[in-house]
Amino acid sequence: MDQNINIKVKVWRQAGPKEQGHFETYELQNIFQGASFLEMIDILNEKLISEHKDPIAFDHDCREGICGMCSLYVNGHPHGPDQEITTCQLHMRKFHDGETITIEPWRSRAFPVIKDLMVDRSAYDKIMQAGGFVSVNTGGVPDANAIAIPKPVADEAMDAASCIGCGACAAACKNGSAMLFVSAKVSQLALLPQGKIEAARRAKAMVAKMDELGFGNCTNTGACAAECPKSVSLANIARLNREFICAKFKD
Amino acid sequence: MFIFGRNAIKSITKNNHYNYLFLHFMWLFNSSIGRKFVMSLTGLALVLFLTFHASMNLVLIISESGYNWICEMLGANWYALVGTAGLAALVLIHFIYAFWLTIQNRAARGTDRYEETAKIWGVDWASKNMLVLGIVVVLGLLVHLYNFWFNMQLAELTEMETMFAPADGAGLVKYTFTGMLADGTMDGCWCHPVYCVVYLVWFVALWFHLTHGIWSALHTIGWSNLIWFKRIKTIGFIWATLVVLMFAAVVFYYLGVYFGACL
Amino acid sequence: MALQPQNGIITPEMAKIPQGPLEKKWTNYKDHQKLVNPANKRKLDIIVVGTGLAGASAAASLAEMGFNVLNFCIQDSPRRAHSIAAQGGINAAKNYQNDGDSIYRLYYDTIKGGDYRAREANVYRLAEVSNSIIDQCVAQGVPFAREYGGLLDNRSFGGAQVSRTFYAKGQTGQQLLLGAYSALSRQIGKGKVKMYTRYEMLDLVMIKDENGEDRARGIIARNLVTGRIERFFAHAVVIGTGGYGNTFFLSTNAMASNGSAAMQMYRHGAFFANPCYAQIHPTCIPKHGDFQSKLTLMSESLRNDGRIWVPKKLEDAKKLQAGTLKGRDIPEEDRDYYLERRYPAFGNLVPRDVASRAAKERCDKGFGVNNTGLAVFLDFSDAIKRLGKDVVAQKYGNLFQMYEKIVDENPYENPMMIFPAIHYTMGGIWVDYELQTSVKGLFCIGEANFSDHGANRLGASALMQGLADGYFVLPYTIQNYLADQISVPRMSTDLPEFAAAEKAVQDKIQKLMSIQGKRSVDSIHKELGLIMWDFVGMGRTAEGLKTAIKKIDEIKKEFWSNVFIPGKADSLNNELEKALRLADFIEIGRLMAVDALHREESCGGHFREEYQTPDGEALRQDDKFSYVGCWKYTGEDKEPELIKEPLDYEFTERKTRNYKA
Repeated sequence: MDQNINIKVKVWRQAGPKEQGHFETYELQNIFQGASFLEMIDILNEKLISEHKDPIAFDHDCREGICGMCSLYVNGHPHGPDQEITTCQLHMRKFHDGETITIEPWRSRAFPVIKDLMVDRSAYDKIMQAGGFVSVNTGGVPDANAIAIPKPVADEAMDAASCIGCGACAAACKNGSAMLFVSAKVSQLALLPQGKIEAARRAKAMVAKMDELGFGNCTNTGACAAECPKSVSLANIARLNREFICAKFKD
Repeated sequence: MFIFGRNAIKSITKNNHYNYLFLHFMWLFNSSIGRKFVMSLTGLALVLFLTFHASMNLVLIISESGYNWICEMLGANWYALVGTAGLAALVLIHFIYAFWLTIQNRAARGTDRYEETAKIWGVDWASKNMLVLGIVVVLGLLVHLYNFWFNMQLAELTEMETMFAPADGAGLVKYTFTGMLADGTMDGCWCHPVYCVVYLVWFVALWFHLTHGIWSALHTIGWSNLIWFKRIKTIGFIWATLVVLMFAAVVFYYLGVYFGACL
Repeated sequence: MALQPQNGIITPEMAKIPQGPLEKKWTNYKDHQKLVNPANKRKLDIIVVGTGLAGASAAASLAEMGFNVLNFCIQDSPRRAHSIAAQGGINAAKNYQNDGDSIYRLYYDTIKGGDYRAREANVYRLAEVSNSIIDQCVAQGVPFAREYGGLLDNRSFGGAQVSRTFYAKGQTGQQLLLGAYSALSRQIGKGKVKMYTRYEMLDLVMIKDENGEDRARGIIARNLVTGRIERFFAHAVVIGTGGYGNTFFLSTNAMASNGSAAMQMYRHGAFFANPCYAQIHPTCIPKHGDFQSKLTLMSESLRNDGRIWVPKKLEDAKKLQAGTLKGRDIPEEDRDYYLERRYPAFGNLVPRDVASRAAKERCDKGFGVNNTGLAVFLDFSDAIKRLGKDVVAQKYGNLFQMYEKIVDENPYENPMMIFPAIHYTMGGIWVDYELQTSVKGLFCIGEANFSDHGANRLGASALMQGLADGYFVLPYTIQNYLADQISVPRMSTDLPEFAAAEKAVQDKIQKLMSIQGKRSVDSIHKELGLIMWDFVGMGRTAEGLKTAIKKIDEIKKEFWSNVFIPGKADSLNNELEKALRLADFIEIGRLMAVDALHREESCGGHFREEYQTPDGEALRQDDKFSYVGCWKYTGEDKEPELIKEPLDYEFTERKTRNYKA
């Protein structure tokens, strides 16, 4: 059963992108284990505000695990020590009384810190802008049932498409690689007949942008997929490699 | 990093056919997947070589004369020399790319490191330490070259005076691991059992390197999907284990011979 | 001159409803509207605020057509807008299932579901374009669920007797938004859309035209990272900033969802229509403590296979509340499947407002099933018996996992606990048939406008409306306005109107920062939320609403005299952002109460306890309240003026909503 616990929270504080950061430790009493992790930070922030101190800046929005806004590296894991969830779905019952919880921002060259635990993930948007789409304009498209798609293919595309763009993959990767993110989108669209037409162009454009933005080279450690809150499969990376290599040989 | 625009390619192709070809393979240098592709191909080629080498070694346990016949076949013939040069090139490319990729990957992590990192379920230790394992493998390789290649192919080429005839591979192997001379007497040097241990450590490093390397290479080439993902991992594991066991079998065999002779 | 209300009445001419039969109106409109030629499109700038389904699809479509678009969002990426959290699905009248669906039937279900408080012409247009939405999304690569034959699958949703809901697992909103986001990304990549992330709109800029008439010509926005206030010009401004459900503090909305853009429009003369129509969603995870920051919704699709019940015996309920009994241990004969009992025809699939009120009724009588007594069971044991655990997991697995992570209980073994929560606001800024507000050049789309849902929205219709507005309605109708604007040059943001607007924003921020009181923004917001829930929630009374207005006025005073905002205004400051939003939530809360008090009837999401049938169903007063209640701003701390848009039903007979038989 959920109980009240006392904890210490060791948080990365950094005033701005160019400032020197450091850890600060805060003590919290009587935190209910049924509370979510971000609610615990809310409580801490209320406490800081009551002491006229600067509250901890962190990204969060939907708080139901789908918008991909929340980040946080908690006790050595992106999205904390639980499987298949985002930080906002993490609950305090995963921690015990007296524990010191370490909270850090995503650390990757392509994700610079904005303030405290907030990082700039616009690099992912830029990769999408380079080719993460099907080039169709609004209107003038065929009937939705004009092309039948085998259910297993549609399901696999859906699994790849479930990526929320949170950045945990690059944050978890020792190489700072964004391959899981890129491969999820390339896979989704390469699997579906609507996206297949420009699959080669897409793979080349997205990989080129990814490389340009300073993400690392994938070495298949699998940390990305293991820490992915949506369990996006490593097999997508193989498909991206295939699409890219084939495209290059065709040139 | 150079990113070549389409226009740049066009303007060059008009003038120079060779540049065109060259540019077509630029992706092997200037794209992350291209670089990984080079790592994979060289790695897989080396795995094939290791597989061949290991099966050849196994002949030694069965028949020394058979092994020597192979040694003679290979020796310093032109095809063996070309093969050796090719192998050296593969190792070199694999090695240079490994450092290049590692430098890039460390830069991609950024300047601040995580204060706390936890073990991530499902991530193999080997996959995170491929460079270190690779360096151990290369160091072992240097010892190995000193022990054998130096006394065999190089000796044959330079007509250097050696203890064993260049084609008497079996004798040289037996001597290296046991100190047993051609006349069956032991030279008693402490170095021989040490070589055995060094070789075994080398093989362990190689095993770790290969358990990640084989499936990872196939994955990078793109030979994987949801179904084959686990199969490829299993195949890679079994393959790596077989190759290393075949190598280790020879060392264990001579360790047995050594202790048999000492007792 | 633009048409103005005559004697407080908005005429059909002002609402620009096209002539002709219902099914011909939209076609007629498109045939006769003015267009902008491609060369002129390049000269015109459009601001789109918001990147949800409506905002992103509008920004992408307008850019594809050739307009220059400036797009703003408060999150770090346009992909995070709260449309992403919609789970269940999107309606369309495709009739792929051959179950008798048609455009008319979707229209009829929607207008009936909205308790006959929506505009006929708009709702019909919505049903009409619904099919194009599905086609568009499939072409974009949205991975909708399919059957083994390779064709699209459908499921049924509340308030409908056909299966017309298209879905992508339990993440339909996410997939549709990512589709719109990909189209938007393509245009950003091409340079046709300039994207501003982590920017919050703080005011609208109005500039008078040559006739002395105000037109929306830009916005003032705050860069949330640097704290800088910036000015942006455009020939037209489109607002798609979603609903104001967060007035209640606890809702299923995202933390940053707010009604501030709506209030800015309202203060500049746009009417706020039907603010009291707020939807309470029946299947949310119950509240667990005072520290709670938001409520989590579980898809209505769960009601396809799940059965809702409470114990028949009060003593069983007492034991459940004390934690000495588990739901699974209560025998079948002691369970009260109250929705199936009260509404045999629709059963567990009655519309949301009906299901929510029924749950409240049971809990008020003491049959609640958790420690707070504010929860009912949603049970899948029958479905698991009928379909097998695997099929249930395939259909609802991600929702079950979400539930288990929050509540720490396995929903495959013990029935889930649910309770209603604020989810969606049907009310919003009044727009005419062209989605233009009563301010010229200012358009409002998606949940932010007063919309096509009347007094209650059916499940899977919000996604439909957002995308209809953004892909297929606004890109046409906005041209009718812009066709007259081609000779208007781009204006400098140094104009006095921009400077004055910026100064007003700076002053407001300065005022907030200088209060330096004792209370945090959240503590005041929570207080507002409790008042809203208690008095302006599921059951409203005249007396309660009057109390609410009084209390909200007190909160306003408390806020403006005792709030504390740490940090500086010219840097990243979350507390300042929240304070600016709360200042507007307080005003919206009051407006909701005022509207709810004036509307002396029960309809859809608005339930006045004085107006109910003997068996507790909503009782409409069609003779008195068959109109859109629009509120016009008259000044700070002044009572707003009521303006009515009569809803004369020409084509549809108004009936009492009946889901019993």
